[in-house]
Formats: sequence, C-alpha cells, structure tokens
Amino acid sequence: MSSKVTNIVIGGLGGQGVLTCSEIVADVAFNAALDVKKSELHGMSQRGGSVSSDVRYGAQVFSPMVPPGEGDFLVATAADQVPVNAAVLRQGGTIIDPSHVDESKLRNKKSLNVALLGVLSRHLPFSEQEWLAAIRRILPEALHEANVQAFYIGRGA
Amino acid sequence: MLFLSGDEAVATAAFDAGVKLGTGYPGTPSTEILEWFENLGGKAQWSPNEKVALEVGIGVAYAGGRAIVTMKHVGLNVAADPLFTVAYTGVSGALLIVSADDPGMASSQNEQDNRRYAVAAAIPMLEPADSQEAYDFTLRAIEISERWQVPVLLRITTRVCHSKTVVRCDRSLPQPRAAEFVRDVRSRVMIPAFARPAHHNLREKLRQMAAWNDSDGPNQITEGSASLGIITSGISYQHVREAAPQASVLKLGMTYPLPLELMRNFASRFERCLVIEEGDPYLVEAALAAGIAVEGKPDMFRFGELNVARVRSIVAGDTSPEPKPVAGKPPALCPGCGHRSVFASLKNLDCIVAGDIGCYSLGVLPPFDAMDSVVCMGASVGVGLGLRHALPPEQAKRVVSVIGDSTFVHSGITGLVEMIYNPPPTGHVLLILDNGTTAMTGMQEHAGTGRTLDHAKTGKVIFEDLARMLGVPNVHVIDPTVDTPKFEKLVKECLDKSELSVIVARRNCLLAARYIREYERCNEQQGN
Repeated sequence: MSSKVTNIVIGGLGGQGVLTCSEIVADVAFNAALDVKKSELHGMSQRGGSVSSDVRYGAQVFSPMVPPGEGDFLVATAADQVPVNAAVLRQGGTIIDPSHVDESKLRNKKSLNVALLGVLSRHLPFSEQEWLAAIRRILPEALHEANVQAFYIGRGA
Repeated sequence: MLFLSGDEAVATAAFDAGVKLGTGYPGTPSTEILEWFENLGGKAQWSPNEKVALEVGIGVAYAGGRAIVTMKHVGLNVAADPLFTVAYTGVSGALLIVSADDPGMASSQNEQDNRRYAVAAAIPMLEPADSQEAYDFTLRAIEISERWQVPVLLRITTRVCHSKTVVRCDRSLPQPRAAEFVRDVRSRVMIPAFARPAHHNLREKLRQMAAWNDSDGPNQITEGSASLGIITSGISYQHVREAAPQASVLKLGMTYPLPLELMRNFASRFERCLVIEEGDPYLVEAALAAGIAVEGKPDMFRFGELNVARVRSIVAGDTSPEPKPVAGKPPALCPGCGHRSVFASLKNLDCIVAGDIGCYSLGVLPPFDAMDSVVCMGASVGVGLGLRHALPPEQAKRVVSVIGDSTFVHSGITGLVEMIYNPPPTGHVLLILDNGTTAMTGMQEHAGTGRTLDHAKTGKVIFEDLARMLGVPNVHVIDPTVDTPKFEKLVKECLDKSELSVIVARRNCLLAARYIREYERCNEQQGN
C-alpha cells in the first residue's frame, strides 16, 4: 500500500449508525496493521441532528480530522446529508449515498449503514474476509446475520 | 497494540497503574473515562458533582492511594474550591485530575481554556496529543504526583478524547503502596499559620518541576526547516505536522510549569518561530512575557477548534474570512420524549423559563421556544428566583425554573435551600424533569436513580421527600406525558398561588427506559 493517507468521511443523522460505520472501517484498517485515526463528536450532536465521523489510514496519520477538500470518500447514510458534508471531498472524490443500495432487499432497514460500507469496500484494498471479520468484531452477535447480508448487498456479491 | 480513544487510553493507564478509585461527574467529552475504567475492572463512582468528586479523590490521595478524578472543562469550575487548596496541602499518594476541554463547543455552554487553571491554582499540567500520549502521560502524571507530592492536571480536548488512535501499552509503574493513615497536621490543615509556609513550599516545588521539565520533561523536538520553528502542544501538534511538514516543531507535553529555557533555545534558532495553540493565547503570552521572540496566531483563530486548514492559514498569515460550514440538521428532543409535553405546556402558559443544562436545553428550539436562560449546571433555580425578586409581579408570576434530575442532584439542591430561605413575594415554581438518568451524556446513573455507576442498587435521594422535608408547601409528582392537560393545569395552579411549589415531572427517558427496567429486574433478583 502506498504511503498516501486515505480519507473517509461518514455523514448522517443521529441514530443511523454513523459511528458504528466508522468503527468498522477503522477496525479493518487497524487489523491490516496500518496507522489509523478516527474522529467523531459525542453529546448533544447525537440527539437526532447531523453527525459525522472521519477515518484516516495510511503509513502515518497526523490530524484525526479529514481536512476540507481532501476527502477521498464521503459515505452518507441520508441523501440530504451529502450537501452538509460535500466540502470535505477532494475533486474527483467518491460519494456513496443510499441511492447506491437497493434498500428493499435489506432484511433489516437499520443495516443501511453496513450496506453502504459494502459499496465502499469495492473501492478499498481490503479483502471480503477482512471486512466480515471487522463487522463481527464490532457488532453484537444478534446483528451479525442481517449486517453480513447488508454488506453483501452493497458489495454486489 | 490497541485501538483506543483518548478517554479509553486514560482509563487503561489508570487501571494498569493500580488506581484505587476513580471519581467524577459525567460530562462530554470526559464521560467514557470512568465507564471504561470500570469496564476494565477498576473501582469507579459518579459523585453528585465535580467538587465532591475531587474531595473524595483528595481523601484517597491523603490515604496514600492513587486517585483519578474526571470532569469536563466547566466541571473544574465547580471543583475549583478544593483544587486551589489541595495544591497547597499536596498529597501522599497520587492525585490525577482530568479536565476534558471542549474547544468549538461540540456539546458545552462555553469554550473556556482550562490551561489557565493550572497557572491560577499552581498545579502541574500535561497535555497529550493522541491516545498513545493519553496513556503515557497518565502514567507520567501519576509519577509526577508521587515524586513531588502534588496533584496533577491532565488536560485533554474533544479531539483527543473522542478520536481513536493506535496505542502500545508498553510502560508500567511500580504498584502503589498500601493505603495507610499518616498524621500530618501542618500539611493537611490549612489554617493561615500552616497555609503560609505551604504556599512557599508549593512555589519551591514548582521551581524544581520547571527545571525538570526543561531537561527531562515529556517534550519533543522534530527537526525540520532551519527558518521556520513552531511551538505547539496537544491536538494542535497533529494539525501542525500535517499543515507544515517542513517546519521544525517543539511539542510541549508538560505545559505548566513551562520549560521556558527549552522554548527559548528552540525559538532562538529560527528566523520565524510561531506558537500554534487552540483556544486562548496561553503559551504565546507566557513566552513573550519571558522575553522569547515568538509570533502568535491572529485573534480570529482563538474561536473554535483548530484543524489542518486553519493551521495552514496561520502559517501563511492568511486572515481572509473562512468559509462558513454548511449548517447540518440541528439536534432535537427525541420523538416521544417526555420533555416535549413539558415544554409545550410551558409555551402555552407563556412562562418565563429559567432553564438548565441537559437534553432539555433543547426546549429553547422550535417548536417549543420555551427557554429564556441557560447559564451553568443548577443555575435555573437561582436565576429563576432572581427574576422573581426583580420583575414586576405580573411578570414575576410567570417565572418557572426547569432542571433535570441529574442536574438537580449536581447543584440544584442548594438552589432549593435558597428558595426556602429567601422566597420571592410571588412564591416560585421549580420543575424537576426526572427522566431517571443523566440522558445527555449517555445515560449515566446518579444519586436520584438509586443505582451506582455499574448499576448496582444503592441509596436513593427522593426529590419530593427532600422538598417536603425542607418545607416546600406544595410538592407534586406527575407524569407530564400520560395526561398533558392535567400537567398543564397543575403548573397553572402552582403559578397562580404565590407560594413555593416543586413539581417533579417524572417519566423515564425513552432511550434509557429498557435499560432501567433491566437494571431494576437484576437488582430485584439479587435482593431476593
């Protein structure tokens, strides 16, 4: 992997699993022995308002926050949160939003966040096994099945 | 290797160091420290407020134990009274006070910079820049506390607390010695005759610590450009390394007492030496006062957090207006939240609402628009009383104080005593919104829930009993949601009375309700 830092921003609304999403991405990168930083805000912002979380990985990462205009990927769990976070993307950066997933196929609608990670996974150099292992590490066992299914729907396997 | 948030790293180090007791009051971004410490197997407890938490910590450290006391930045205001004097008395064990500051106010009412407290209270301070340093500096702080027998401040900020970074836990401390009472009246009893020499003693310790910080402190130089030097600390260091990779950087780990000779030597090597720090111009003022030639940031950057883009602007001397962030969706009271019926009623009754700190601060936003002041924890009671004293009677009679359950325990009880002692001529109405948890910070227990930090059964403060015992003539308990018109009628009756009333509006937080049921079930089973 090159020494360049990969910058991912997950944006959405409180309660949509934004922080779970960034937790999984960061866990994949951490277990691939990369330097990783993940940043988020807690507290009042979580009461149904806009929430975002940054994940950065590479050989060496300094700031935990993705600088504006340097995001490689924006994963938005709600379409209306794309404009809120758009300034973070670099030119040619990739937007992944709910339109990339056929939500009617999801066994559990709450797994949309993980389905979007499935879409993201197609762009990142980690194996399917690494992603599934992270999903299983981060989520409680009762949610594994629905979220593995959601991941595959996004990944298009 | 572990992947930990700064809060988790502090907790892990405290646990590894054999800390005897962790105390604190929940507050973003500090809350997770004690929760993680307890998770690891440490003994942690929520105190009613930060002052009590610190006093309990002082007791542990007087007994020779290692104590960690955690709070958010504004919590240190509450704990300031013991803070200033424990600096004089010193400790015989270790006392680590964690102040989690919130520059940019992600979830706070101000963005005060608590580095000023280290100077004002004369307490050594460490500032970690990531989770690795949060771990290492927690151990360091315990060492410093034991070596110089002083309390130590660990000042962390939101982006250190809530960022996860890679941590190696490869240092350890000798295990603490057993707790034992050693009488030391001259050190511990701060009557003036003993406090005067204690102050001299403290200044002597600080002189020694400054010398140690100059030669052996946890500071680090990254060599780079010969023309640009940057002095920085904490999270700002990370932004600096990314924004100015060519610069030489002095990262200060211990920022009180400052290593002024180290700073002087570093600064003298560069044509331009910048100080880059988030918040107040603390480092730059200290450097300039010591005659060190440095340049600070333009004043516009003292507001809010720093980030890579802003540090680039500081380095470039660019003071052009910054792009305004796109407004996201503001937070709101949850659909079905019990507070909703309360604020709808207060709006209907055209109340003047002295509010307080918690989820219910959101009552200020539409559609409720039903809050007229929020100052600090507990202020609703005093501010409401003051309004009643000063306003003409027809306006005074519309004033209510609204406070949450955890906030009432934190600092509303003394306000209630004031209400009994100095009642306004029109009486007063105090509404305690009891949702059975400290909701805003993530559903922590408090003395009014009757459960400890780890949710085990313990003593319980019953608000209505307390109010009656103090002599409030009208005390009511009501669920505001199950029959909202009845609730509204009750508030109206109390407002019309010109007497003192306490209404406990009791309905469990929607998010917490199922956990509360589960804790109650477990505790009942254990009781049988």
